[in-house]
Amino acid sequence: MSQMMFWEAVRRAHDEEMARDPLVICMGEDIGVVGGTYKATTGLYDKYGPERVMDTPISENGFTGLAIGASFLGVRPIVEIMSVNFAWLAMDQIFNSAAKVRYMSGGQLEAPIVVRSPGGTAHQLGAQHSARMEKVFMGIAGLRVVTPSNPRQAYGLLKSAIRCNDPVFINEHELMYNMKGEVPDEEYFHPLEGSEIAREGRDVTLFGYNVSVHWCLAAAEVLASQHGIQAEVVDLYSLAPLDRAGIKASVSKTHRAIIVEEAEAPVGVGSEVMAIINEECFFELDAAPVRLSAANVPIPYAHVLEKAVMPKTDDIVKTVLKMLGRG
Amino acid sequence: MEVSVKKRLLREMLFARRFEERCYEAYVERKIGGFLHLYPGEEACAHGVLEAARPGRDYVITGYRDHVHAIKCGADPKEVMAELYGKETGSSKGRGGSMHIFDAAHRFMGGYALVGGPFPLAAGMAKAIQMKGDDDIAICFLGDAANNQGTFHESLNMAALWKLPVLYVCENNLYGIGTRIDRSTAVIDQYKRACGYNMPARQVDGQDIEIVYEAAREAVDHVRSGKGPYFLELMTYRYRGHSMSDSNAYRQKDEERVWGNRDPIVILRDRLVEAGELTLEDFKNLDTEILEEIENEIIKFSEESPDPNPAELDKYVFADNDPWVRPAANGGAK
Ligand SMILES: Cc1ncc(C[n+]2csc(CCOP(=O)(O)OP(=O)(O)O)c2C)c(N)n1
Ligand SMILES: [Mg+2]
Repeated sequence: MSQMMFWEAVRRAHDEEMARDPLVICMGEDIGVVGGTYKATTGLYDKYGPERVMDTPISENGFTGLAIGASFLGVRPIVEIMSVNFAWLAMDQIFNSAAKVRYMSGGQLEAPIVVRSPGGTAHQLGAQHSARMEKVFMGIAGLRVVTPSNPRQAYGLLKSAIRCNDPVFINEHELMYNMKGEVPDEEYFHPLEGSEIAREGRDVTLFGYNVSVHWCLAAAEVLASQHGIQAEVVDLYSLAPLDRAGIKASVSKTHRAIIVEEAEAPVGVGSEVMAIINEECFFELDAAPVRLSAANVPIPYAHVLEKAVMPKTDDIVKTVLKMLGRG
Repeated sequence: MEVSVKKRLLREMLFARRFEERCYEAYVERKIGGFLHLYPGEEACAHGVLEAARPGRDYVITGYRDHVHAIKCGADPKEVMAELYGKETGSSKGRGGSMHIFDAAHRFMGGYALVGGPFPLAAGMAKAIQMKGDDDIAICFLGDAANNQGTFHESLNMAALWKLPVLYVCENNLYGIGTRIDRSTAVIDQYKRACGYNMPARQVDGQDIEIVYEAAREAVDHVRSGKGPYFLELMTYRYRGHSMSDSNAYRQKDEERVWGNRDPIVILRDRLVEAGELTLEDFKNLDTEILEEIENEIIKFSEESPDPNPAELDKYVFADNDPWVRPAANGGAK
């Protein structure tokens, strides 16, 4: 194991897969000569050349469609959409072509592409640069969605996504590229489906994904040290499909569930997890599940307003205390 | 162009330059957050084109590099700066930020952060103008790299097809962030792309405001007279990185030097000095006066303005008290 930054982990996965298979290519805006807005492709242009590390025009739907078309013929493209806010423009191709082609061709064609993109709310980037779009992607049949919460997952999920024969959308987070974490020295493939227990506990389950896993872990620490409450933190790194068995197992153990999400509540991860809890283990519950979500507003620019949008550690702690009748 | 107009434009461009430079400082001081895209080097574009139009009356729309366009349309620089400071007194009440300056009263219809987003919006505004029968026009300023968005082609086609009163101004600064135009675009001369839609188009030097103004007058006259859209390409250069997080490492020093020697402010200043209309002393005084105004009025106002109130977080998400969303029993829709 060695320590690695998130962007280095993403870069390593690119590099290893591109070295192994000449059909693996990557493309996106400013990923070549500049090395990527978040450095995730640094050095690859010099190593693999402009034909495999393609700086694209600002034509998201066009180059994503081009990648999908190439994947029909066996190329394995990794598309970087500079920011998830621009992925709206590529959705036609992702949804209408990549996600559906296997099905509508009766299994004759497939679109093994990876689309990776940083999303989330960073620091004062304003309404058009702060989208949290996982909720949009995870509702589309035929598309896999994963969202790493640490460098190990970032590396292993990308490795598996490149090998996987389905289209995979990887939702990264703008604020996590410089996060450090352990990544195995040997080659490592993280399963695209499932969930991980990020912290064991018995009193309540905190479901998080991507950045909110860290919010949950911080709250679990406070709950343990100040209140003697053992919260379990479940990392839902796969958003499509969600891990029904994992959700059921944890709720059946703790009997209480809180879903913490960086996005607005409507039609989101929280609502979906709640539905699964209802369907899988309703009678295990000792309390009604709760969602802690972002305020349902476009993200404001002003710092004071932006801060007010997101759930905080303290909100999670208070919600747990209340749920356990100690608030 | 009359001397008095030239002098006023010189002041406006110098003001724009100093305003943007002060934004840079405020960003370094962490008074401004998020993304910040500055305009130094390109001042003659916005000023030359809008001088030929009717700023404050014609509808103007642009991308994220929007402060100077807003101010030229009549937005109060104090409010623009306060917006960058995230204050309640800002032009978008602190909700928008640098990339989203709006001043509807002066028909500055906004800065947008998605490259290519404004193309169809401008065509739509032109459609509305056409329906109302006014002689206003819509003006859309965007960069060279934006023309690789699908919306560029879709919008130009519709604008030409329906003879919409819209002027598309391409500020061709040769780069889209770190990618030089010849690495992203098959056609370097952007005006040629408009020909595919039967739209009159022209390319001129964007560093000399008199040239920009003359070309823009022709373009504006064409659009205003009901002959349909026009595409004006201005060759220019940004003197700073794409945004604050950009090191500019991808540009050749030679290229920077060549364009640095074609500073739109210096070009106009020297022309006035040569003609005996201005002394370097006058110019220096003007600069001092501008710097003082920025510090004593604009920055002071922004510093002293209140933050937005977090209790009003969801204000402006929907219309206030719209009767159509409530049942009749509550005084709503019948
Ligand atoms: C749809 C979309 N894709 C990508 C971006 C990221 N981006 C912001 S500005 C920019 C370059 C635009 O260059 P250009 O249109 O030439 O304008 P300039 O910044 O040079 O004025 C890019 C790629 C974006 N904002 N929107
Ligand atoms: Mg440009």
